Amino acid sequence: MQKIYPNAEAALEGLLFDGMLIAAGGFGLCGIPERLIDAIVAHGAKDLTIASNNAGIDNEGLGKLLRTRQVKKMISSYVGENKEFERQYLAGELEVEFNPQGTLAERMRAGGAGIPGFYTKTGVGTLVAEGKEVQVFDGEEYVLERGIRADLSIIKGWKADESGNLMFRKTSRNFNAPAATCGKVCVAEVEEIVPVGSLDPDCIHLPSIYVKRLILGAPYDKKIEFRTVRQREAA
Amino acid sequence: MATQLETKGWTRDQMAARAAKELRDGYYVNLGIGIPTLVANNIPEGMTVTLQSENGMLGIGPFPYDDEVDPDLINAGKQTVSELPQTSYFDSAASFAMIRGGHIDLAVLGAMEISQSGDIANWMIPGKMIKGMGGAMDLVAGVKKIIVVMEHTSKNGDPKFIPHCTLPLTGKNVIDMIITDLAVFQRPDHESPFELIELAPGITRDEVRAKTTARYVE
Repeated sequence: MQKIYPNAEAALEGLLFDGMLIAAGGFGLCGIPERLIDAIVAHGAKDLTIASNNAGIDNEGLGKLLRTRQVKKMISSYVGENKEFERQYLAGELEVEFNPQGTLAERMRAGGAGIPGFYTKTGVGTLVAEGKEVQVFDGEEYVLERGIRADLSIIKGWKADESGNLMFRKTSRNFNAPAATCGKVCVAEVEEIVPVGSLDPDCIHLPSIYVKRLILGAPYDKKIEFRTVRQREAA
Repeated sequence: MATQLETKGWTRDQMAARAAKELRDGYYVNLGIGIPTLVANNIPEGMTVTLQSENGMLGIGPFPYDDEVDPDLINAGKQTVSELPQTSYFDSAASFAMIRGGHIDLAVLGAMEISQSGDIANWMIPGKMIKGMGGAMDLVAGVKKIIVVMEHTSKNGDPKFIPHCTLPLTGKNVIDMIITDLAVFQRPDHESPFELIELAPGITRDEVRAKTTARYVE
């Protein structure tokens, strides 16, 4: 079973179709599957629904798929910092379903774990709960949210072994881990692929069972949205 | 030199410092964007407070030095940060399990409106571009204690602590304490009304009353 593909186009072959639901990892521009996003742009699949915490920024990340008008609907928690998104949204060209961030993460986790719905306190009494079942447990109200089962998951990892066991680095883990589990197929891009046996089995963040296809995406030119620094005090 | 007469109300930094007085040794805390972020600069000496970032980090360090900036290491405001010896990382589902599960002791966040029954509105203004609620709805629903830090009135001078929120809610009956540039309000539980417990320097009860339409106990 060969999971490693030569590039993103090859790894996505046969997986893309119009109107599909894609779950994408990343938070802001941190840990986004940029090679796979580029390959979806190149493929041209359209009317996509994308579940992703954010929608990239202009011309970066999922912003590229917005610019080419391939996205019909976003399921996101926060979409600031994106002029093209704003234009399409205000013009009624793009549908947006806002989910609380934790609800979105849990929808992916639950979907991947075979849980079709779950009750949460988040959003009770707000617009988010409208039209959804509310149930009282121990005197408190909870709203029913659905798990997400995507046609495809695209994620970005740090290191993977040849079998697909994967590790993330620092805060780039974010939505990549839950997104990976909720797709019928998960394609991962990583910065380094190492031989089986090189990673400590106790330190695997995403077991190989979730990673169906794998590419080496390096070299990466990782973008920073807000570069904030402190000054060294003079010696 | 500043005279006593010029001191009227709290600055943003002073509001953050007031919120920091609610910190306790051992607390795990989530700070929102804006004034709440400034609370991190006011953690009392010798007190251990661990800051949580909802994108998957416990133990947020200060902004990095220029040559230590790491694109894989950001806070929930997407700013570059640094790690501490006690830092841990996790995914977004685990992060919100922590938040929703009631494991975080305190969250400090901003607001556009607070109602007298502790409702909060801070994520959308109908007719304007909606950016989304991010993690705010999860935080107000799940964290043990919620403090709002905000200006007492809007830029137009309209009260923000009001009988009922006019904007779409972020959470219903979830706020425990309100710190404004004029005063501090608190309630012991979610059935009780808010009580005015503190006035900023140079502020009178009459002034607070004039700028507040919410019902509260004095």
